Amino acid sequence: MLTSILIILFLAVIIGLVLGFSSVQFKVEGDPIIEKIDSILPQTQCGQCTYPGCKPYATAIANGEADINQCPPGGESGVRALAELMGVEYKPLNESHGITKPKSVAFIDEDTCIGCTLCIQACPVDAILGAAKQMHTIIEKECTGCELCLPPCPVDCITMPEVEEDTENWKWKYPVYNISNVTTNKSKATH
Amino acid sequence: MSLIEKIFKFNGGINAETKKNISTLLPVEKIKIPKKLILPLRQHIGNMPKIKVNVGDYVLKGQLIAEADGNVSAAIHAPTSGKIKSIEKLLIPHPSGLPDYCIVILPDMKDKWIEKNSIDWKKIGIDKTIKLLLNSGIVGLGGAAFPSHLKLGSNRNNKIETLIVNAAECEPYITCDDMLMREKSEELIKGIQLVQELLGAKETIIGIEDNKPEALDKINLFLKEQSSIKAKVVPTIYPSGDAKRLIYLINGIKIPKQKRAVEFGIQMFNVATIIAIYRFIEYGEPSLSRILTITGNLHKPKNYEVLFGTSLKDLIKKSGGQINKNDTYIMGGPMMGFKLPSIDISVTKTMNCVISAEEDMIKEKKEPLPCIRCSKCAEACPVELQPQDLFWFSKSDQFEKAQSYNLFDCIECGCCSYVCPSNIPLVQFYRYAKSEIIAKNIEKEEADIARERNDFRVLRLEREKKERAERNAKRKLESSSGDKSKLIAEKRAEIADAMNRINKNENIK
Repeated sequence: MLTSILIILFLAVIIGLVLGFSSVQFKVEGDPIIEKIDSILPQTQCGQCTYPGCKPYATAIANGEADINQCPPGGESGVRALAELMGVEYKPLNESHGITKPKSVAFIDEDTCIGCTLCIQACPVDAILGAAKQMHTIIEKECTGCELCLPPCPVDCITMPEVEEDTENWKWKYPVYNISNVTTNKSKATH
Repeated sequence: MSLIEKIFKFNGGINAETKKNISTLLPVEKIKIPKKLILPLRQHIGNMPKIKVNVGDYVLKGQLIAEADGNVSAAIHAPTSGKIKSIEKLLIPHPSGLPDYCIVILPDMKDKWIEKNSIDWKKIGIDKTIKLLLNSGIVGLGGAAFPSHLKLGSNRNNKIETLIVNAAECEPYITCDDMLMREKSEELIKGIQLVQELLGAKETIIGIEDNKPEALDKINLFLKEQSSIKAKVVPTIYPSGDAKRLIYLINGIKIPKQKRAVEFGIQMFNVATIIAIYRFIEYGEPSLSRILTITGNLHKPKNYEVLFGTSLKDLIKKSGGQINKNDTYIMGGPMMGFKLPSIDISVTKTMNCVISAEEDMIKEKKEPLPCIRCSKCAEACPVELQPQDLFWFSKSDQFEKAQSYNLFDCIECGCCSYVCPSNIPLVQFYRYAKSEIIAKNIEKEEADIARERNDFRVLRLEREKKERAERNAKRKLESSSGDKSKLIAEKRAEIADAMNRINKNENIK
């Protein structure tokens, strides 16, 4: 009787130590599910999902506060990836948050710009360069096309031209061809 | 049996009709300077070079007009002397048919050279020589257009034992390397000696297909005393000219997935590239021209030596035009090449062959049937992939699956499409899947940068908010604790003190 209690006690202490040690040593920082959701989101930081950025939206999805179909830049493929990750049913994009647009990049008309810095403050990825009363310009490579710089501009000098296809970003197209209809040919021959 | 005689046969491949003899009847014709040269900036793999001239500038033959941007890039030189007419977007030889930046030169027909200096590479050292080669504009002339200085510099991390000269030219129709070997064999051997020394390689093997006996005879004439250079005849099986296939045929070494030949002490150059390197080191001449095959459904198929930038349309006119009008032209070989969207383009470094399509080559005419999983494509695949599975995954956009089946090992040789009894354009599906995956990866990288920048911005805004709050709190503290009146009293005392001193000084006076 006593030996068995001692053995159980001994095991409990050992296992307790191991678990205690590993909880300190292998501590997982942050919530991995939020990171995973965040890596699917397109990082446009546009706020169309009603959250102030991609990470807050990811957190909201992880907490079950937001739906998976609120991200127009992520598009249908984004919703599908989120559905698969969260183990829920796919649902079409909620159009009250906007529709998926082709990728575009902001462009400042430098003749009209008055250098008010309002767009710089609005840019979520610091992709606008300029200073007070100096002309501003977009760092094209960093711009996510979120359109957040459009409303604050007092002189409406920012436009969002679509990214044009050129020889560098050109892709081979999906091969489209007609498959010859063997059965009708045959049936014609036999009849 | 010595190694030089033994041939290692790779899996699959095809034995297509080579049709090479139609363009080897006439010698290479050197084309005179045309009235206009159009030089696309994008002629190679890597970054677009930086333009170094202005519209209206007068340039000499061989003058640098666009400088390599970074290490993976290649320069562009003026092929002859003349005036820069414009820098504009024009059609370039690209499957998209989209225009890109080009420099247009109007030659003055004087063909005046810049000062040419040969490079004493032994004196200045290999590192400096490679730096000079960065702006020689030399890229792989076999069709891939990989900047050559990168390949020559590869012996810094890996010891190169063997130089393999790619003279296989396995694709049907193409004969530019064959003609080059026949007509410039002496220069080629000198070039091989030079490149072998530059790489520090012990031996050189010239891999040549057995359908080029004339070229082989010419090379053998100059090889007699050369013990370290040997020619090895390989059988005519397409794609024997692919780098990894040729290495296997010659050395029996299978380069594994994601490894490069240099890690096994092997480096490979195309024959035309070797001559370009030789001319640059020996005479200081940058890459200005190439030999190009114009063949197929034409009255006079032929090889031409042309300056880069020469109009392709003029060359086709010179070859007598099409026999049967169909206006379908293919750049590269019939297996790997692509349909040219237009012939209003100019000759570039990558243009080794232009074929006016013959009736049986126009693939769209054969209607594809469903895949019957006969696995003929797998038997033909020289990379030993499963083309039928890759087709299935690419067709249904299952890109991760396609990648796990080694889609990126596919060399797009076209053997699978060639043998397919259902006429499925398999390679087109692989190209589609590859470019989608590449685009997705770029998007992912951009998203990562955006995330990082946004994280930093959020952090910065928080920090600024905290700092502002701290400053405000400090100010409040100072004003509320009666420090202010104390401060004023102190200041007043100081002023009174100063006034006293002034009065004292005046009294002394």
